[in-house]
Amino acid sequence: MKARKRQQGFNNGFRPAIWLGRHGQALFSSLGRLWRRPLGSFMTLLVLGIAIALPLGLHLLVNNLQQLAAQWDSGASISVFLKESAGEKAAKTLLNALQAKENIREVRHISPQQAMEEFRQYSDFASALELLDDNPLPHVLLVYPRDAKISAQDLQDFLRELENRPEVELALADLQWVERFQGITRILQRAALVLALLLSLAVLLIIGNTIRLEIQGRRDEIGIIKLVGGSDAFIRRPFLYEGFWYGLFGSLIAIALIFVSALALQDPVSHLAALYQSNFRLSGLAMTTVFSVIGISILLGILGAWIAVRQHLGEMELD
Amino acid sequence: MIRFDNVSKSYPGSDGGLREISLHIPPGEMVFLTGHSGAGKSTLLKLVGLLERSSRGQLWVNKHNLSRLKPAEIPLLRRQVGMIFQDHRLLADRTVFDNVALPLVVAGLGRQEIRRRTQAALDKVGLLKKARVLPVTLSGGEQQRVGIARAVVSKPPVVLADEPTGNLDPELSREIMQLFQEFNQVGVTLLIASHDLALVETMQKRILTLEQGRLLRDSHNSESA
Repeated sequence: MKARKRQQGFNNGFRPAIWLGRHGQALFSSLGRLWRRPLGSFMTLLVLGIAIALPLGLHLLVNNLQQLAAQWDSGASISVFLKESAGEKAAKTLLNALQAKENIREVRHISPQQAMEEFRQYSDFASALELLDDNPLPHVLLVYPRDAKISAQDLQDFLRELENRPEVELALADLQWVERFQGITRILQRAALVLALLLSLAVLLIIGNTIRLEIQGRRDEIGIIKLVGGSDAFIRRPFLYEGFWYGLFGSLIAIALIFVSALALQDPVSHLAALYQSNFRLSGLAMTTVFSVIGISILLGILGAWIAVRQHLGEMELD
Repeated sequence: MIRFDNVSKSYPGSDGGLREISLHIPPGEMVFLTGHSGAGKSTLLKLVGLLERSSRGQLWVNKHNLSRLKPAEIPLLRRQVGMIFQDHRLLADRTVFDNVALPLVVAGLGRQEIRRRTQAALDKVGLLKKARVLPVTLSGGEQQRVGIARAVVSKPPVVLADEPTGNLDPELSREIMQLFQEFNQVGVTLLIASHDLALVETMQKRILTLEQGRLLRDSHNSESA
C-alpha cells in the first residue's frame, strides 16, 4: 500500500507517445553526434566494416567453392572407354547391360562422332583434327553410380569389374580429388565460423571502447542530467542508439566491401572458368545472409554499448 | 517538507560531514543555511538533493524517506528538488533554452509543453531574449539566472541553492534573492546556503547556522523559545 502510494506520488506512468518521441529523439540525436565528428566516426566504421567483411568474405569463398564442388558432383562418374574394335553395337549392348544394374543410376553413351564434335568445339585443335583421315576416338560410356557417396573400396571393385569385360579397354573414376576438395572446403567453412566468432568479439570491443570514450567525453553532461533527475535509462538510451548506428553502418560498409571485391574478381574468375570449359560464375551474397549480417552487427553494437554504459553508470557517482 | 531526524554523514578519513542533525522545514518556508566553509552546508544540501546518502539517521523530503528509496526512484525524487550551484553547472555546448529545458526533457514532457514552460521560466529570470545563445556568452549573473530557471522550470516543490550569490556583486545578489522571494511567495520551499551573513539577515527569514557539522543555532527556535 505504501509502495503503491509512493509510485503514484512519483507519477511514473507509461505514456506511449512520449516513449516513442524519446526514442525517436535519441535515435536521431545519436546519428547527429556521429555526423558531427565525421573523421573519427568514419575510421571507426571502416575498422568495423573490415572486421565484419573478413569472415563474410571467407563465407562467400566457401559458398562458391561448394557450388563448384556441386557442379563436379555429377563428375562423380566413371568413364568407360571401349576397345577400338568394339563397335556401335557392342556399346549399345553394354549400355543396356549396365543400365539394368541396380547400383547404377544412369549411363550415357558418347559415340566417337559426338566426342570428336565436342573436342573440336572446346579445344584449339579443330584445324589439326581436320587432317585426320578417320576418327580415332573410341566409344565411351559415362556411368553414374546410384550412390553418389560410393566408398573408395566399392568404387575400386566396380572399376575392376568393368575392366574385366572383354569389350572394355579402360575404366576411370575421378572421385578422389573431388573428395579432397570437399575436405578443404569443410576446413575453410570451419575457419570462417571461427573467424566470425573472433571478429564478433572484436566488433563488440571496438564499439564498446568507442562508446566508453564517448561517455568519458560527456561525463559533465551525464552528471548534470543525473542532477536534474535523468534516469539511468534516459542516460543509457543515446549511447545504445549510437551502438545501433555503428552496427548498422559497419555492416553496410562490410557488405559494400564484399560487393566491390566480388565485382573485381568476377572477370578473372569467369576467364579462368572458361579455360576449364565451365560456365561457373562467382555468386554474390544471398539476401538472407545480408540481412542476418546486418541484424547480428546491430545486436553486437547495442550489446557493446550496453556493456560500456553499464560499467560507467555504475562507476559514476555524483560529487 | 524536509525533515532531518538525527542525520549524520561522515566521510572516511575526514572530520567533515554532519553530526546528528535534527530539524524540520515545513512546506512553503524559505530558510537560509549559514556557517563557515567546511561547516557542512553543502553536505546538508547534497543529502536533501540525494547527491549523497546519509550515514545514519532518517531524512524525509516531500514525504519520501530517502534512506528507503530504491535506486530507480532516486531520479524521480530529484525531479521534485530543483538545485542551484555556485558554479551554475550548465552544459556549455547547449543553448540557454536547451539548458533550461533539460529537466522537462528528462521528465518526458511533450514538445509544446516544454517550449511553453521553458519560455515562462526564462521570462521569469529575464533572459527570454537570450534563449538562443550559448551560456559562455553570458555574464556570471546571467548564467546564475539560467541555473535558477533550470531549477524551477519543472515547478519542483523544493528548491536548494548552494552559494547562489557567491560570485556576484551585492546588486546582482539582491536581484537573485528577490527572485527567490518571488518563488517562495508562490509556495516553493527554499533552502539556501550562503556565507553572506549581511545579505541573509536583510531577508528576515529563518536562519540555520552550522558549525563543524552541528546545528549551532536555529533562529526559528530561538524566537519561539
